[in-house]
Amino acid sequence: MRLNEIEQAMLAGELGAPRQQAIEQQMAVGRMFDAPDFVEVSHVHVMGDTESLGEAGVAWLEQLATAPREQRRVRVPTVTDPRGIDQCAFRRLKQPESMAALELRAAAALRELGVLMTDTCINYQTVLPPVRGEHLAYGDTGSTIYANSVCGARSNFEGGPAALAAGLTGRVPRYGCHLDAGRRGTHLFEVRERPRNLTEWGALGAVIGRAAGSYWTVPVITGIDGSPTSDELKHFGAAMASWGSVPLFHMVGVTPEAPDLASVLDGPAPAATTVGLADIEALYAAFGRHEEKVDVVVFAAPQLSLVELQQLAELLRERRVHEGTALLVATSPELKAACDRMGITETIEASGAVLLQGVCFYQMYARELGVANGWTRLLSNSAKLVNIISGYGYEPVLAPMEVCVEAAVAGRMA
Amino acid sequence: MRIEIRGHVGVGRPASGVALVARDNFSARYDLDRIRGVFSRPAHALHGQSYVGRVLVLHTAKGGVATSWMLREMRSRDMAPAALLLNTANPIMAQGAAFADLALMDRFDVDIVDAIRTGDRVSVDPTAGLVVVERD
Repeated sequence: MRLNEIEQAMLAGELGAPRQQAIEQQMAVGRMFDAPDFVEVSHVHVMGDTESLGEAGVAWLEQLATAPREQRRVRVPTVTDPRGIDQCAFRRLKQPESMAALELRAAAALRELGVLMTDTCINYQTVLPPVRGEHLAYGDTGSTIYANSVCGARSNFEGGPAALAAGLTGRVPRYGCHLDAGRRGTHLFEVRERPRNLTEWGALGAVIGRAAGSYWTVPVITGIDGSPTSDELKHFGAAMASWGSVPLFHMVGVTPEAPDLASVLDGPAPAATTVGLADIEALYAAFGRHEEKVDVVVFAAPQLSLVELQQLAELLRERRVHEGTALLVATSPELKAACDRMGITETIEASGAVLLQGVCFYQMYARELGVANGWTRLLSNSAKLVNIISGYGYEPVLAPMEVCVEAAVAGRMA
Repeated sequence: MRIEIRGHVGVGRPASGVALVARDNFSARYDLDRIRGVFSRPAHALHGQSYVGRVLVLHTAKGGVATSWMLREMRSRDMAPAALLLNTANPIMAQGAAFADLALMDRFDVDIVDAIRTGDRVSVDPTAGLVVVERD
């Protein structure tokens, strides 16, 4: 890789050990993906929940935090993805003090590095929306696909240690989504019927992601007349990234790089795969139904926007969650504060539901959480969550928000 | 029988072990019980099998970003695979393997899932882009 003066200085250790380690790691990744050089990034989103970090990762962060201040501070604004513990709610969820303590240690170390603890996966909606052409190092598949596709910014998936390295060096290896060539469409999908709710948008994203197949594919979607909402594209992209490891899609007539088909395709268009409600129905059917009992209903993955939280509050108003069922909702700390101020928290929690902040269900020790509370039969409106969570010992079922709320109240699906 | 397979330059230190192979995909977050060291996702082709110390041979990197932290954490408890060979890796796998110094390679001159069988003895040299398979 070609290195400029400052990159050579970092590699030589002249800017301290943390930046040296960071750029060495980035160069190893750059070599694997034939990056010719580095590209500067304007901000960073880092995933660092303790369920992934473990004791080893937290100890590594703490070691990094002992470097001199000028050597350890991130060079560009760096914000965090959801954490493993909501310090205000973990006892209600029967999570042990040891997990909360590990989480506090991780957060303290990250703060020493100059990281802003936003604890959100919807930073593109709530913190600093990306700008077209802006190079970023985003550390959540859902935030990355939204930044790339909906905003026209440029980021690869940057896992926790890689995003932190990007914060420390202020740059990333130039490959994949940072290159024009990496953003050209590879697969064509023609949508026959427009999804009717957030879950259907997520399911459609899942179907396309699963069919696309790998990180290096770029689905191009036609057939959507009129722009979807931010929340619709959030569920669509997050599910596509989760099911297919896909970092970028183009929606013709909607996303900024795709005013028309010719703008995102080289040469003749590939044969189109038709997708529609039948595929969405098949995805629902694959997860079955919980007709006898639902243990836990989860609204998360991605964290809910203020608009989704208001919708949910209205569905739960003057309703009571069944005594044998738990209902969990996850959002960012900033939106939780907004909900407190606007009376939304009160409406949601009056039903017996729990509104969590700064976490997401699958990032919060889901296996231990299930064991401690006796939860296996899970219901969610998130096509992303139902994809992830079976590996944690759950039997997930997918349904729209209204159906999830009715099941939470009845204790089972009608 | 000895087979040499060429791939793209990968990351991590050289490693060897007994192969565990399936035509399925890989994510540490989605697929594994990292405490017990087994595949835990019911739909995974290797469900219930231990991956600890094995050279894992799978088709494609899938899932979220968490694998980047998880490979090093698994390695710190001696509960990691010895190496990871994929037809197609993604940035998350590469970043995680670089952070964990775990051998990872992809883009071979053959379909790696077809070329290696469970039980083969496999040596991986990511810097040289070389995999050596020994089979009785």
